[in-house]
Amino acid sequence: MLNILDDTANPVEPFLRGDRMPHIWCPGCGIGTTVNSFARALIDSKIDLESLALVSGIGCTGRVAGYVKLDSFHTTHGRAIPFATGLKLANPKLNVVVYSGDGDLSAIGGNHLIHAARRNIDLKVICVNNLIYAMTGGQTAPTTPSHATTSTNPYGTFEPAFNLPHLVEAAGAVYVARWTTFHVRQLARSISEAFQKKGFSFIEVISPCPTLYQRRNKMGDGLDTMKYYKERSKIKNGAPTSEVGLTLNGEIVVGKFVDRDRPDYQTMMRAQYVEILGERYIEESEMECVCG
Amino acid sequence: MAKGRVSIVVERCKACGFCVEFCPTHVLALSSAFNSKGYHPPHVVHPEKCSGCDLCGMYCPDFAINGTKVPQSGGGAK
Repeated sequence: MLNILDDTANPVEPFLRGDRMPHIWCPGCGIGTTVNSFARALIDSKIDLESLALVSGIGCTGRVAGYVKLDSFHTTHGRAIPFATGLKLANPKLNVVVYSGDGDLSAIGGNHLIHAARRNIDLKVICVNNLIYAMTGGQTAPTTPSHATTSTNPYGTFEPAFNLPHLVEAAGAVYVARWTTFHVRQLARSISEAFQKKGFSFIEVISPCPTLYQRRNKMGDGLDTMKYYKERSKIKNGAPTSEVGLTLNGEIVVGKFVDRDRPDYQTMMRAQYVEILGERYIEESEMECVCG
Repeated sequence: MAKGRVSIVVERCKACGFCVEFCPTHVLALSSAFNSKGYHPPHVVHPEKCSGCDLCGMYCPDFAINGTKVPQSGGGAK
């Protein structure tokens, strides 16, 4: 039998709940790879882990909250952003990361996504997009590209898919990027950059789902998908997001699409209250709790 | 002397092959041995080529492998 050699040096280990390993993600699934990049970004950005909260919804990616050794929050389906908004409003000093899947963020919680972007709430949203509802059995999701075969569309989907970077840019996000699980170092850098931004940051990560998406569409396994990402993805930083939609087996445009500045929700709230209330407005940091 | 070395936790491995495919210096190969779940974990076939870049650790979805730089002995020995 092979022995455990040495796992003390793995830089991702301090961020994981070792007692919950091995995780349930399938062989060839890319979610673990995104967690690696996230951990590297936390190390590189030297963020205080005491001031970090990770919120996720339901789904394969939603399980990240249970596997990371951070203050994490596994919420109801689609409601990761509302819970994260509450956290951020109650404690503005927190760095709140929403780590969830495409189904949770853009379908069940699609409304919350666009309104959080519109209000420019200071959240870092990492959306792992595997192009399908994976945990429930491979049903068509709003992000499934046209003509892909799924369990609910055995003759191929015919709906146009969501172009998530375009959606969140139009809704008002200040930072929008897309990478695949092949672009591990670029993804880590992007997450670090998002931590420097104040406002709604959205990073989409295209990830393989070998069990449901790739298998039904005869695209091979996780490794074949990673090779496809390597061959067919094109880095176009600053590309207009209207042109970065995904197609079945087509080119994947990746890169940092939007990096702009706009006052965030709490800045706008403070400005409004100071203007209307003047000295009667008391900053939250100056308030004292008298609740005994 | 190799610039880096690879640590593998074989029991976590699910044999996706990402580390073998994307190692820039082709240090790894999937072994014929099984772990207790029945997967073939990678093993090191060219230890001298490892640069310790940790790209295998970045790609591994199961947190089962990582590369570390080996401090070179003084005088810039390669």
